[in-house]
Amino acid sequence: MTNIGPDVQVAVEGPGGPVETTAPTDAPEPRPAGTRARPAWRMLLPTMTPWLATGLVLIAGVVLLGVVGPYLVGDPDAISDVGLAPPSAEHWLGTTQTGQDVLAQLAYATRGSLQIGLMVGVLATLLSAFFGIYGAYLGGAADEGFSLLSNVFLVIPGLPLVIVISGFVPRESRGLWTIAVVLALTSWAASARVLRAQTLSVRSRDYVAASRLSGEKPWRVIGVEILPNLLPVLASQFVYAVIAAILGEAGLSFLGLGASNASTLGTMLFYAQNGFALPLGAWWWFVPPGLVIALFGMGLSLVNFSIDEIINPRLKNARTARRRANAARRAARRTEAAR
Amino acid sequence: MTSVHVTNLTKDYGLRSGLRRSTLRAVDRVSFDLVPRRTVALVGESGSGKSTIAKLLTRMEKPTSGTIDVQLDDRTPVMGSVYQRHVQMVFQDPFASLNPFHSVEHHVARPLRIHRRTHDAASTHARVLEMLERVNLHPAEDMAARRPHELSGGQRQRVAIARALAPGAQVLIADEPVSMLDVSIRLGVLNLLGRLQREDNLAVLYITHDLATARHFSDEILVLYRGRVVERGPSDAVILDPHHDYTRLLAMAAPDPDRVGSVGREGDTAVARDGIDNSVCYDHTLGAWVPIDEAEAAARAATAGGARAGV
Amino acid sequence: MTTLTDRVPHAAAPARRPVLTVTDLTVVYDVDQPVTAVKDASLQLGRGEILGLAGESGCGKTTLAYAINRLHQPPARIASGSVVFHDRDGGDVDLLGLDDEPLRRFRWSQLSMVFQGAMNSLNPVRTIGSQLDDTLRAHARMSRAQRRERSAEVLTRVGVDPGRLRSYPHELSGGMRQRVMIAMAMLLEPQIMIMDEPTTALDVVVQREILREIVRLRDELDFAVVFITHDLPLLLEISDRIAVMLAGEIVELDTAAQLHRSPAHPYTRRLLGSFPSLSGERGAFIREGVDPEEA
Repeated sequence: MTNIGPDVQVAVEGPGGPVETTAPTDAPEPRPAGTRARPAWRMLLPTMTPWLATGLVLIAGVVLLGVVGPYLVGDPDAISDVGLAPPSAEHWLGTTQTGQDVLAQLAYATRGSLQIGLMVGVLATLLSAFFGIYGAYLGGAADEGFSLLSNVFLVIPGLPLVIVISGFVPRESRGLWTIAVVLALTSWAASARVLRAQTLSVRSRDYVAASRLSGEKPWRVIGVEILPNLLPVLASQFVYAVIAAILGEAGLSFLGLGASNASTLGTMLFYAQNGFALPLGAWWWFVPPGLVIALFGMGLSLVNFSIDEIINPRLKNARTARRRANAARRAARRTEAAR
Repeated sequence: MTSVHVTNLTKDYGLRSGLRRSTLRAVDRVSFDLVPRRTVALVGESGSGKSTIAKLLTRMEKPTSGTIDVQLDDRTPVMGSVYQRHVQMVFQDPFASLNPFHSVEHHVARPLRIHRRTHDAASTHARVLEMLERVNLHPAEDMAARRPHELSGGQRQRVAIARALAPGAQVLIADEPVSMLDVSIRLGVLNLLGRLQREDNLAVLYITHDLATARHFSDEILVLYRGRVVERGPSDAVILDPHHDYTRLLAMAAPDPDRVGSVGREGDTAVARDGIDNSVCYDHTLGAWVPIDEAEAAARAATAGGARAGV
Repeated sequence: MTTLTDRVPHAAAPARRPVLTVTDLTVVYDVDQPVTAVKDASLQLGRGEILGLAGESGCGKTTLAYAINRLHQPPARIASGSVVFHDRDGGDVDLLGLDDEPLRRFRWSQLSMVFQGAMNSLNPVRTIGSQLDDTLRAHARMSRAQRRERSAEVLTRVGVDPGRLRSYPHELSGGMRQRVMIAMAMLLEPQIMIMDEPTTALDVVVQREILREIVRLRDELDFAVVFITHDLPLLLEISDRIAVMLAGEIVELDTAAQLHRSPAHPYTRRLLGSFPSLSGERGAFIREGVDPEEA
């Protein structure tokens, strides 16, 4: 057999003169000049799309209302004698039955809802991460046990349990934290199951085996090798937990089982309901809190869709392919027209 | 220098289907030695137990019975947490064995730090660049900053080799290191492994299904069939003069560039797989058939004989 | 520019009557910076011939195969060239000019494909028989009994027990499933079969059996095969002629024997050198001494 060394650049004498040919070597693909390696965290950011932008603007608006709002408005509890006044220059969103400023209430209530959303989001994510990721990484009996636990929590009907617990705790000690813990306890299980499945898949990849093989400690394998690959999932679950918590808390408060020491969008709706806002046609009392909940939920959902694209690149590829196909079709039509 | 003595290695997996339990013997009484500067090839099809042996050697799985003794030149046994400093592995799929989240530098630097080969950031970085240069990744500074998806398959595998050697490993398990790579770069990677073996006096276990590279890349070949060694000996002897039916079947089936247009032509007849007996093993060094029950003693005798012949 | 025929005068035309002629086919991926995946590819496929298409990942061999059958998806686009099918009955069909419905009918009945990893594309919850039946129902007017008979017949041909018609894919081994896929491609007695890495995921012994099966079926039924793989030694053993692709271009097209004896293009030589001979010399394998590439 004729054997040729591995050198690859050879000039061939073809009938039409020498033909310079180059075989592909294992050479690095050149990176366009001036671009640096993108840091790893950049990979975790979603691509900017109109949907993502809309979501971010909505979230920013609501957060601004909740964070900055309370400093700009007056005392939400101040009673005046102008009850149930429609929006006016003095009261932008009108007043309640007892003459309290709805805008001021809305700002404080938004802050309360955001607080509870954030607290529950963090708590539920921590719980699901612990039971989902750590259990799956350990495997064996620990995994079975954690899995059983999350399954039990999964089948517990959430809202009724919350109602029972909230009803059980005396009203005086039913603070924001109590409600947050109750909501977190009933909402982590589904996420834990998803995380467990994801972890099992990541754990079985060669790079995890390789890092264990090089002697990494378990906590480093989880924290440094596995966790970064789960961050998009965690982010998505956090966002989802926040939505669920705000809605859940609004439901509880509406039933009068909410936190006693805080004002949230749910308590606002509760008082509006008790004050017969609907039969009296005082739309400015119940529409704003409802709208804030809806818009915030929508904003978070839109962000979540973008995060989904990171988790499942196929969604992104489908979008890119659609865009390119459209562009190609337009180009074809232009050339047709030019003819 | 480190060597490995594998004696009667056996691994059972429990299978559960419904209420019935059974065991599958993935590896059955396999014995061999890995010594510095020599390459042993494990050849077999999928399911022959060759990857299980890799897992056992790297301690990802525990053997059901049998022993793996790793010892230094002065016969000090290597045990516990230093084991991984001595025995390392190169995985089959270079696209799965590097974490997409981390840079090349991270992959090579971690083993250096874990095994205290370097003690501060500056010396680690310098050492990483040195390792990358050794596996022909130039320019090292640029390569170190890249992440896996910016590398070709061959480059990734070179990073994986650098990672495996970073702790100062003396025994390298290469599990199908080139089967996922483009053909024209396979030899480059194998030749790189060959050079590193010569420079570092590595003992190499080359696991493959490719008889041709096994023949040229290794000194000794073990043919595995259903968990048992059915033929063993110096690589040329096993490939050019196969005795066991299964080895013949493998050699017949392997594509060979020197057999143009042979498929379906005269002489290319199907060899029946039924009736292949894996309870005996042909040992080329002893020049005799060895029943599986006496495999261990025979392997020792062959090693002793081989060592004498080698000197 | 030198054309392919200038460089390799003898081999561009097959020894037999052609069944497919591809002329100057160019496929472009319309992405932000358009990529020409296949550049001026020309080849003729003889009736009953096995044509090997060799190349490494990203060389455009799969794109070429898809484009011949017009199975390419946007952003891939055929920029120029022609693909003409020469029917057994004498008529010529311009594949690039076919409308959707005639193209659909043409696809499986005259030109079928076995994809890479096809054995994993069987539906796991349906029997082999019902999946073969689907194909027949979509393309041929046959009674239920006729369809069953035909399905059993093709399975027997590829060496699978017809009793397996009632089996589910997971009950078959990888090699068996791949045979079922070949049976499926043969159902309508196409004149051309394009096989894209049909044996890559299989063990060598099983691979050998399937290759033998393909050659035997070709001898019996006289269909032409385009066999795509990166494994050049395998192609040398099975093909009549071999086309070597590099960066979207067919750089060499010759008979297997000629290609092996005196490869003209340096890339072909490099590819051949990448496969050490099982029984022959060591070749580019350097275990001792210095490796020129390494140094």
